[in-house]
Amino acid sequence: MDADWRLAGKAEVLRIRAAMIRSIHRFFLEQGFLDCETPLRIPAPAPESHIDAVGSGDWFLQTSPELCMKRLLAAGYPKIFQICKCFRAGERGAFHLPEFTMLEWYRAGTDYRTLMDDCEELIVHVAGDLGLGGAVSWQGKKIALRPPWERITVREAFARYAGLGVEEALRRDCFDETMVCAVEPHLGMERPVFLREYPAELGALARVNAENPEVAERFELYIAGLELANAFSELTDAAEQRRRFEKASRDRRLKNRTAYSLPERFLAALSRMPPSAGIALGIDRLAMILTDQATIDAVVAFTPESL
Amino acid sequence: MYTASDLRKGLRIKIDNDPYIVTEFNFVKPGKGQALYRCKLKNMVNGNQFERTFRSVDIFEAADLQEKKMQYLYQEEGKYCFMDNQNYEQVFLSADQVGEAKYFLLDNIEVEILFFEDRPLGISLPNFIDVTVTKADPWAKGDSVSGNTKPVTVQTGYQLQVPPFIEEGEKIRIDTRSGEYLTRVKG
Repeated sequence: MDADWRLAGKAEVLRIRAAMIRSIHRFFLEQGFLDCETPLRIPAPAPESHIDAVGSGDWFLQTSPELCMKRLLAAGYPKIFQICKCFRAGERGAFHLPEFTMLEWYRAGTDYRTLMDDCEELIVHVAGDLGLGGAVSWQGKKIALRPPWERITVREAFARYAGLGVEEALRRDCFDETMVCAVEPHLGMERPVFLREYPAELGALARVNAENPEVAERFELYIAGLELANAFSELTDAAEQRRRFEKASRDRRLKNRTAYSLPERFLAALSRMPPSAGIALGIDRLAMILTDQATIDAVVAFTPESL
Repeated sequence: MYTASDLRKGLRIKIDNDPYIVTEFNFVKPGKGQALYRCKLKNMVNGNQFERTFRSVDIFEAADLQEKKMQYLYQEEGKYCFMDNQNYEQVFLSADQVGEAKYFLLDNIEVEILFFEDRPLGISLPNFIDVTVTKADPWAKGDSVSGNTKPVTVQTGYQLQVPPFIEEGEKIRIDTRSGEYLTRVKG
């Protein structure tokens, strides 16, 4: 009975979450985006060093809809979005569920900077629809939403908050630890922040910057220290993408992780894909921010443990 | 053996030959980065706390912890002596290891002693003990100025607040977890 009592107590949060998702759909439909559905069950996910898929028969549940969505881009659909379930094995914590809800959108003919503008407009639009006005309060912190939001590079953030160079962090193999312990807690505390220009080797599907090949055209959106979205100027060089997938596959084999077959149809389509930008935004985490909930458990009706 | 993904609040692991208890645990994963396990750990020998971030490849030994029933014998120069009634082996605990429990160590009382390998770490008392009140001011009926409780001393030297009707020589029951008075014990 305890579980049902908890479930009944989520009514208000679930109502706001549903209104948020309706508002997001309206935002994209009004701008002429196509709401596309792609299969949840796929032959293999894109091989990435640190993302593990959940098996489903001989295939896998998607870790992100990106492979199919980029094939749509390549086939001539220039503005597409969807809100769908994604699955990642072993991810469970205050901000992680192994089954979670993702919003992805893609635009042909543009780069990652346009997506920063999209993020600002989208979240201001949703907060307006929910009657939140120009600011959100999350766990005692007040975050002003009025654009423009802060845009800082990973290099600047490491220097400012960790007193450590990005190269040094990579050389000492402590980039992730530094990011989590020293940098993230400062990001987006007064207004949202775009952390941009990641070291090139940390953007597996991102294009490197033409002027500075050391960095990938990738950003992450943070609000109140919480990572909400990851975006790229998409890599469209199929040969380079194949090299990166092969490198990630080697890395996975070395670490005894499941090896995934290369997504050949995606790689074939990539050579026809126009320059594009794409982004994945965690719906559950956005719901946490907009309903002032401390954990991801609070914004979904059911967690795996409650089933 | 545990891996980092097995870590949970309350889990007890061995690091550098000391037992640690996980007091806080968080799974974190920076965008596209590796899974990290942020823990607060408390050294069960000296109580020191620290924060550590582990990776999924990190492995840990379980701390070999055992509780043994032992009988309290005596205290001498800040050392507390306990005996295992099965094999008559005796161990000594320091005042720090005994901690607040020293107020409730009745003669021959049976307690649980937590061992890490062969080292005693601390003791757990029965939740309730009955003790004799050795010092109490008499109950002045109608005395409302002193409030609803009065201080008394019990046979172990421990002082606590009890209802005003408790008299010297009576037995009372104490909850050893809170150190508070529960009830008067008849007989």
